Amino acid sequence: MKPIALLTTIPSDSHNWNLVFIQLFLQENGFEVINLGPSVPYDLLTEACISHQPDMLIVSTINGHGYIEGKELIKRVKELDSMQEKPVFIGGKLSTDVNMSYLYAVELESAGYTRAYCNDQDLQDFGQRLQHIKEQAMVARQA
Amino acid sequence: MSTSYFHNFVKAKFAQQRLVVQPRMGFSDRERMRNGLLAVKGVQAPTIGTITLDSFTRSGDFASASRAIEQGLSLNGYPIVSYPQSENESLIAGIREIDFPVQIRHGSPLPVEIFKATIRAGIDAIEGGPISYCFPYGRIPLARSLDAWRTCCRLFGEASDDPWHIESFGGCMMGQLCPPAILIAITIAEALFMIENGVKSYSLSLAQGTHPAQDAAALHALRQLGNKYLGPESEWHIVFYTFMGKFPQSFDGARALIEESARIAVEGGAERLIVKTVKEAHQIPLIEDNINSLIWCDAVASATPRNQPVTPEVAAWTTQIFEEADFLINLLLNLGRNLEEGMEKAFKSGYWDVPFCLHPDNHCLTSAQLDEAGFIYWSDPGKIPFTGHIKNNAVRRKKKMSSGELLQMLSFNQQKYDGRCVAKEPAMLH
Repeated sequence: MKPIALLTTIPSDSHNWNLVFIQLFLQENGFEVINLGPSVPYDLLTEACISHQPDMLIVSTINGHGYIEGKELIKRVKELDSMQEKPVFIGGKLSTDVNMSYLYAVELESAGYTRAYCNDQDLQDFGQRLQHIKEQAMVARQA
Repeated sequence: MSTSYFHNFVKAKFAQQRLVVQPRMGFSDRERMRNGLLAVKGVQAPTIGTITLDSFTRSGDFASASRAIEQGLSLNGYPIVSYPQSENESLIAGIREIDFPVQIRHGSPLPVEIFKATIRAGIDAIEGGPISYCFPYGRIPLARSLDAWRTCCRLFGEASDDPWHIESFGGCMMGQLCPPAILIAITIAEALFMIENGVKSYSLSLAQGTHPAQDAAALHALRQLGNKYLGPESEWHIVFYTFMGKFPQSFDGARALIEESARIAVEGGAERLIVKTVKEAHQIPLIEDNINSLIWCDAVASATPRNQPVTPEVAAWTTQIFEEADFLINLLLNLGRNLEEGMEKAFKSGYWDVPFCLHPDNHCLTSAQLDEAGFIYWSDPGKIPFTGHIKNNAVRRKKKMSSGELLQMLSFNQQKYDGRCVAKEPAMLH
């Protein structure tokens, strides 16, 4: 059985293509993907975390509000017992200002994200982490 | 005197063989919005002014929009619902007139309050549609969107005895990588929905794709299907959109793509063009960027010969796209006891299915890809029951594409126009 990746975005983000792309990328890296689609309210996300018990959560956002709503999102997710130890990633265009996004990425990581990505080259780092998460998920299941 | 400036203007300019050009533009500051409209009006070309609304207003969060203007915060568009009627009226006073119509643009699946504010401001043109403003942008159920849009169309139809205008956004769904036949079918279906609910003038849309000859063919097919299914051509026109997907990053590349859209609009017989700007790949454009695009597109449109005989290639693709879209429309019209039931059943059954659209009411069992020339085709028809030669023409079955291949296809125009790759016309397309 494949490890489960829950794919979501922030409530105000109605973009679609980034989610389609990341879904394919995660599938290629050996994950079963539950894609919640665009404009996901916080409640829908926390319900999905409870019902699907994912091995990790990915927040993909490109409308520039990631640095605002991303913080509220991680707060709500980390309130769930089942998600406290799970890796949570956020990536895309975190704000409308490319330079500020690097600073916002740091803020988001201290708010609880495993990693916050705002650069095209980051996909490589993400890919490597996926392999590690996959192995851990397998070990955890066998235990 | 008629209060329907918008559609009359477009038709009059078409009679003079001029393409109407229109920007996207929205500011929350009224002074800036006025300056933007005035700048567009000042362009020596047939232009229409646009007031694009902000995303709080689009999503129905009027309280947040009101709070933002009270605090003097800048929004990404004009909050028409939050400003009082008198201020909306004074925004366009002395600007909007018979020779300079104005359209409200939004993006809301539930736009009743937006329609009411538009009517109160006396503005005779707006846009959207129950499918096209529902599917790509969120998760509001289609049935709820149909309810809201039924109300909106009736309000707009009853607002005046003159033919006030609604444009269907149906031909622009997803922005890129969508086979033109389903786009055409959706914009025709939305126009039928508008007619049924009392709208007296409407436009059909189509967005520029990744293959100029396919785009021109799609515009010709759209005209033919409009004539088959809708009211007389005096009631409607066609609006073409500059490419809405991943945009070239260089100035020259972006300008070339924008100018290409004006050429295709004329060759395909469209009456109106909505432009993008050279800032598309980078940031929100300045008023000046929009003005440049309008001037370039008008120049290219004026220099493009009209009513030329189409090439055999374009003629063949026109027939093919016509048959494919006609099949889809016919299917929908026979699915339910009425149009709305047909729309709901079409998507519920997967007979209509928009590739890559993640909306919960869309099956997403279909897929589309580009060939090396940029031609868009169905790589998997999902449950769409194409048969016979329509199926043979429309579908080229391919294996599922990788994330890298998807990114390549989404970046096709960016790479082509930035000059990193030159599209090759293959000797045989089938």
